[in-house]
Amino acid sequence: MTQPFIEFKDVSKSFGNLQVLDKVNLKIYSGEITSIIGKSGVGKSVLLKHIIGLLKPDSGQILIKGKPLSEFSKAEWKAFKRSLSYMFQNNALFDSLTVFENIALPLVERTKLPPQEIKKRVDFRIAQFELEEVRDRYPSQISGGMQKRVALARALVTEPTMILFDEPTTGLDPLRKNAVLNMIAHYQHEIGFTGVMVSHDIPDVFFISNRVAIIENKKIPFQGTPLELEQSDNEIVWQFIHGQEVLQDQLTGLNPRPEVEKLVEKLLKQVALKKTIFTVVLFTIDDLEEIKKGVGYIASQRIFQCLAMTLKRYMSNKDYAARFGSSEILAVLPGADASRAEEIINKISSDCSQQELMDPTKYKKVCIDFCLKAGILEVRQPMDMATLLASAKKNQKVIAKMECKGVSGKK
Amino acid sequence: MTILDWIAPDKQVWTNVMNASRTEKALSIMGLVNWLGQVTLKVIGELGAVAIFFAYGFVLIFTYPFQFRKIIQQVYFIGVKSFLIISLIGLFTGMVLGLQGYYTLVKFGAEGMLGAAVALSLIRELGPVLTALMVIGRAGSSIAAEIGIMRISEQIDALDTMDINPMKFLVSPRIAASVITFPLLTALFDVIGMIGGYLTGVLLLGVNSGIFFNRIYDSVVLKDVTGGFLKSLFFALVVSTICCYQGYFTHMRPGGFGAKGVSLATTSAVVISCVLVLVLDYVLTSFLL
Repeated sequence: MTQPFIEFKDVSKSFGNLQVLDKVNLKIYSGEITSIIGKSGVGKSVLLKHIIGLLKPDSGQILIKGKPLSEFSKAEWKAFKRSLSYMFQNNALFDSLTVFENIALPLVERTKLPPQEIKKRVDFRIAQFELEEVRDRYPSQISGGMQKRVALARALVTEPTMILFDEPTTGLDPLRKNAVLNMIAHYQHEIGFTGVMVSHDIPDVFFISNRVAIIENKKIPFQGTPLELEQSDNEIVWQFIHGQEVLQDQLTGLNPRPEVEKLVEKLLKQVALKKTIFTVVLFTIDDLEEIKKGVGYIASQRIFQCLAMTLKRYMSNKDYAARFGSSEILAVLPGADASRAEEIINKISSDCSQQELMDPTKYKKVCIDFCLKAGILEVRQPMDMATLLASAKKNQKVIAKMECKGVSGKK
Repeated sequence: MTILDWIAPDKQVWTNVMNASRTEKALSIMGLVNWLGQVTLKVIGELGAVAIFFAYGFVLIFTYPFQFRKIIQQVYFIGVKSFLIISLIGLFTGMVLGLQGYYTLVKFGAEGMLGAAVALSLIRELGPVLTALMVIGRAGSSIAAEIGIMRISEQIDALDTMDINPMKFLVSPRIAASVITFPLLTALFDVIGMIGGYLTGVLLLGVNSGIFFNRIYDSVVLKDVTGGFLKSLFFALVVSTICCYQGYFTHMRPGGFGAKGVSLATTSAVVISCVLVLVLDYVLTSFLL
């Protein structure tokens, strides 16, 4: 691939005893939007501040077009800095200047443009970001969303070749968030600047990013295109892209899928050595996708959650269960045979029938039939994961059912 | 009172030294020396930092692009807005000088000297010092707070990322404006103070008005006036530098973050400026006499 515009080479940074970056390597290419995602407080902003020289690395190098930042002459550094804009997390607007003066400041201070030209350019941005009404107000007099837009306008007014966005969408309502991301994507296409964006708005940022880097535990375990990200089997990456499911799994007490996959692999190895047996149960909610489309997202999730929580209640501490796909749960019972699995299924079956969610009269507007299936597989011989899932699926029987018969809302 | 008492205000250290065995004594004394060394290094380091800060900020006043607009704005803020308070303080200081001076001089039958006493004490001493103290209270504190808030809300970093030198943008205009306004405010203080002395001395206590002004005319020489102005110039540099410095490095302050850091910065800006003005006043007076 071509030479990266900015490259971090083994960059480490500590604040006192707290190490934030540990030999981080990162490549940022020209003309692309690179998103850096990670949990709060893992050093995403620290990474950005290194690019613009607000922080200096303790060790390692930052290369700009192959040349280390530390070897830049004063003039080169000035020129590089002038080609950048930085949008701060908390906007960093000058609170004693009006919106107009804030946006105009970089032009007034470092260009020799005549005042009319500055006014023209600033007014253009003001119109573009729909800030006409607040033109002469002070930052403290306008809303948070407007402040973000002012900050964005200030970042764009100098027509930089590179913009660093530090959480441009944090604290915005979903509509404004989309608007800001749209704006960034739109101007990126139009002007073609290089963008580096720190964010935790997953998955929204994936849509506008050309590259994604994940920062976790002082390192960057993954960087690549969003497509590569989705294909990656790195556990941390998985947790990030399935952020919403992970949250639901946490709410329902399910284990993360990679953890259960690892457990099954371990158990299969032991089975091969004839040390143990184990049983898996594959639960499927039939027509969950239909419900999602017809009745709604929340209803479908409630049904799933209900199953997961009931299941969790009857499992022992040694047992594991994880979401496999949007409507399937795999429960792993180490050391147990089919009879114990049967017992659990019976309990779930009777429990589920009494649930409010299984009452067709609750679905007044749209009602869609669905049923809950469970398949038991006692594993006594080694096999691979796919066969295991397929055989469990083959054994599936209906254990609970909701029928909309006679309800007016039936579709 | 021993020398150890004086250098180690922490009584515990001193008692430990007295009660300790010989080795412990040696160790405690080592600790004491260590502490003394650290404090000295810290103070010298800080002084160096302030000196560099001042030199940099001062030099930037004269580099292109010149910031006339910003300097005028600061002159307005530091100078024009202090006009009323300086006049008021000047008036009352002059009035009280008239009263006290008369009370003292009348004992020697020298109440005719009142004009000279009032004018000289104002021009040589009270004018520059009280003006500086008032401006510290009014403008110095707000300079420290304003720059401090800009620091903690990342506005200074934002300037830096826009390739606008924050020292030139924030500090230089304030130093320049202080240098312009301090002597002018001092002059105002002196004049109003003399009017105050006239009010009490002549109008209230009945000193002859012609003698009052004649004495002023006779006793005040150019050296007194230039000395007073020289003082106010030095005060301007010290006050503006200290106040800007405290605000600018709010974030480096140990134990004070955010609003608390700004409040501490403002407090130290005022306290350090006041102390330095009085100390410097003594030093300058001893050189100028």
